[in-house]
Amino acid sequence: MEKLIILPFSIGFIYLLGILGFRFVKWVGGLSRLDKLRLIHSFKTRRFFDSLKEVFIEGLLHRKIFRKNPVLGYMHMSLAFGWFLLIVVGHFEVMVSRQSLIAPIYLPVFFRYFETSHSFPLSGIFSFLMDLLLLFVLSGVALAMLKRFKKKLFGMKKTTRLKTGDRIALVSLWMIFPLRLLAEGMSAGLYGNGSFLTSTLGHIFGNLNSETANLSLWTAYSCSLGFFFAALPNSRYMHIPTEILLIFVRSAGVKLKKRNNTYTNIQVFSCSRCGLCLDNCQLSAAGINNTQSVYILKNIRNHNLSDEQLFNCLLCGKCEVDCPVGINTIDLRITQRIESTRQYNSSYEYLEDGPAPNADTVYFAGCMTHLTPGIIASMKKLFQLAGESVWFMDKEKAPCCGRPLMLAGQYEAASKLIANNTRKIIGSEAKKLVVSCPICYKVFKEDYELVNVEVVFHAEYILNLIRQQIITLKKGSDRIIYHDPCELGRGMGMFEPPREVLRATGKVIPIKNEKQMAHCCGGSLGNLKISQPERALLRNQAVEDYLQYRPDVLATACPMCKKTFSRHPGLKVQDISEMVVQALQSKVQPKAVTKKAKSEVLEAELI
Amino acid sequence: MNNKHVAVIGGGIAGMEAASVLARQGLKVTLIEKQANTGGKLNDWDHLFPDFSSPDELVSSLATKTKDSGVNTVYNTEISRIERAGKRFELRANQDVRFYADAVLVASGFNVFDATIKEEYGYGLFGNVITSVDFEKRMKKHGQLRTIQGTAPKRVAIIHCVGSRDAKVGNTYCSKVCCITGIKQAIEISEMLPDCEVFCFYMDLRLYGSTFDSLYLQAQKRHKIQFIRGRLSEAAERADKSIQIKAEDTLQGRPLRMTVDMVILLVGMEPGASTSQLIQKNQMTVDENGFLKSTNMHCARNQSTQEGIFMAGTAICPMAVNETIENARSAATEIIHFFENHRP
Repeated sequence: MEKLIILPFSIGFIYLLGILGFRFVKWVGGLSRLDKLRLIHSFKTRRFFDSLKEVFIEGLLHRKIFRKNPVLGYMHMSLAFGWFLLIVVGHFEVMVSRQSLIAPIYLPVFFRYFETSHSFPLSGIFSFLMDLLLLFVLSGVALAMLKRFKKKLFGMKKTTRLKTGDRIALVSLWMIFPLRLLAEGMSAGLYGNGSFLTSTLGHIFGNLNSETANLSLWTAYSCSLGFFFAALPNSRYMHIPTEILLIFVRSAGVKLKKRNNTYTNIQVFSCSRCGLCLDNCQLSAAGINNTQSVYILKNIRNHNLSDEQLFNCLLCGKCEVDCPVGINTIDLRITQRIESTRQYNSSYEYLEDGPAPNADTVYFAGCMTHLTPGIIASMKKLFQLAGESVWFMDKEKAPCCGRPLMLAGQYEAASKLIANNTRKIIGSEAKKLVVSCPICYKVFKEDYELVNVEVVFHAEYILNLIRQQIITLKKGSDRIIYHDPCELGRGMGMFEPPREVLRATGKVIPIKNEKQMAHCCGGSLGNLKISQPERALLRNQAVEDYLQYRPDVLATACPMCKKTFSRHPGLKVQDISEMVVQALQSKVQPKAVTKKAKSEVLEAELI
Repeated sequence: MNNKHVAVIGGGIAGMEAASVLARQGLKVTLIEKQANTGGKLNDWDHLFPDFSSPDELVSSLATKTKDSGVNTVYNTEISRIERAGKRFELRANQDVRFYADAVLVASGFNVFDATIKEEYGYGLFGNVITSVDFEKRMKKHGQLRTIQGTAPKRVAIIHCVGSRDAKVGNTYCSKVCCITGIKQAIEISEMLPDCEVFCFYMDLRLYGSTFDSLYLQAQKRHKIQFIRGRLSEAAERADKSIQIKAEDTLQGRPLRMTVDMVILLVGMEPGASTSQLIQKNQMTVDENGFLKSTNMHCARNQSTQEGIFMAGTAICPMAVNETIENARSAATEIIHFFENHRP
């Protein structure tokens, strides 16, 4: 009869295990053959231990959240790590008391109820430890309750909206440990098997202590556990078990390749809806509050994602930076766009033209650089000084790099452009492809297969010219703020080369919101829904921040950012290439072009 | 009413016309001009549409009218503030110069759109890309149109709607006068250089004036000016300093590329910079485009949202020369009504 109290817990637990088992098998089974092999292989390598370490550091200790805000980090750690320790120490306690390595799963959970004596070895130490850990977890629960009502204390401006499943799970989770405290306190009062916390509570209960009350409290505790386990698969707390799977799958090298597979599900279910991404999202400055990553992930999970939300995103990647789970929100969103978009039958037959001229280096300006002829002029000047034979690939007929179409979900159209450009670049037999637009740079690096062609961003190219002393610059006294373009900084991880180039021309001021936390200019090609006035709000927010530092020049390395910022009155905006050309020492003589052009047509196209 | 004092800010055609009308009604009028002479932007202009007349006659006749009617004109003075001082207004200039007035007329005009913002058109980067304002200045100064190499252009492209009806630069409104200015300049070029081909790239032609359409027909029939419906996407300078332009011919539905010797950008009108300074202290409001807002579009066009402060001319919205002058007269009438209704 007494054992009936374990029923709610056991039912919930078995249900949970069943669902988890089913889902995990389905998800891992749904990965491509290659990805499955990757996963199996990763178990045999050091990656397995790296993953274990990550599970411990991120899943239990929550290091990333700690970095963001220590109180928030403590809250997560005390709940996760504290509960984990309660389970581990509880098991040891049972093993010692029963003198056996095998103990039923439920026993440590209800140990103080079943084990009324306290005469096994180390029982005093164990009960002290268990009380301490319970206090640790309870402090986390208290903070969690506080956070619901005072989120600002935790460094958060916004928090996510809950749905019913989440509420049931949340309330049961909040109940578990206070009920455990009460139940253990009552048992300690009755049987004297507690320590500093539970015994004290037992004393306070005094005359209230009774077998019936004891049984009811333990039953309530068991019910709250059962409810929590039963609600977990349909609530955001599904992220707890899923995150462990995600860590292993991710570190095996599994990636989304423009198509949904079960890796999408693994990522979607790993989202804890903590809402840390909300505060990083600039769209809220324009009053857009329903398209952030946390909502997109939720809507994918609930199959109610609208295009209006899906396409209203700058794809700036700022939400990825603080994601405690490390979900690749950008890849995920682009994949959803590809999946949800009708592929238009785009024809690019007009691009199919004659063979590409031979050149050492190909320059691809891209659509955006064509809108900023100042950058093209600067690049031409630098190529001339470098004395290279450069084929300006998109000078006349300008094919697109494919990235804007990719961002819009037009994968097939993008692929046609990619194939066309690849054929021309490979045909030129060039060894180097220079691009001056980060949007192009990202697609050339990630989606092209340019064998034996090095894709170089103009910042790297210019830096090389400076290092090799092919050009020498006169350093001025201008205060420069460098604006990290999203596609280059967060998108490609290139932060230093542009700064190093700029340091040769003036004084680069470090600012608070830079590198990983840099603003988006608001001009993003990734957002297909935002209006121009809303874009202007984002731009102005960024400019206001920059103007605090009283810069003489706002430098950037992206033609799109340059154009966006140029529209703001009273701010000098320049691309790094333009600043370099301005800072050139006048005595520099251009090197002779090493490779002579062969035909007249070619001559016109060579710089 | 005769002892009332009106301060008119801006000595362009609107300010001059309004000031002279008010002075002839017996009011004391001070016309405050930031530059060394009156006439404003028309001083740089060579010919006016649609009759190809010279603005010089207009400006000098307005100046004579202003002087003869007894307007006190103050030069080289820029008003930075209008504040209420009891029942009057206190106007402060940059230096410690102050004016007191019973009513204020803001006729501070417009700014020309800064074409360098539309970097893809290459203004400021390529010598042969000029604006419609540059065209007038050059014609006035040299009486001829030459490329940067010093040759007569054989092909000229005139680009409509630069900085107007363009959400990307933040101006969604139509500047109204550029279409007909473009046609006027195209005809001038073709009369001056009969061998020169002239192309106008337009979105749609907004020829609102009663004689504008006949000028458009004349441009096509007599002067063989080619009108291509399509916005310019980008311009690039070739080695010989000619300009290659890319556009889309939206009537034929195909992309278009051509090389021209010169590009003329029909730059739009923007709210004056001084306007934004003026409104800061006195709570005058601006409309969605940044121009000064009227209390009523239809029956109180010249009344600002601050009682006693009136507006005239292109500070309200883009308008042509003849409309500006009419508008200035209407502003003068409203000021007179204001004094009649507010007798102490």
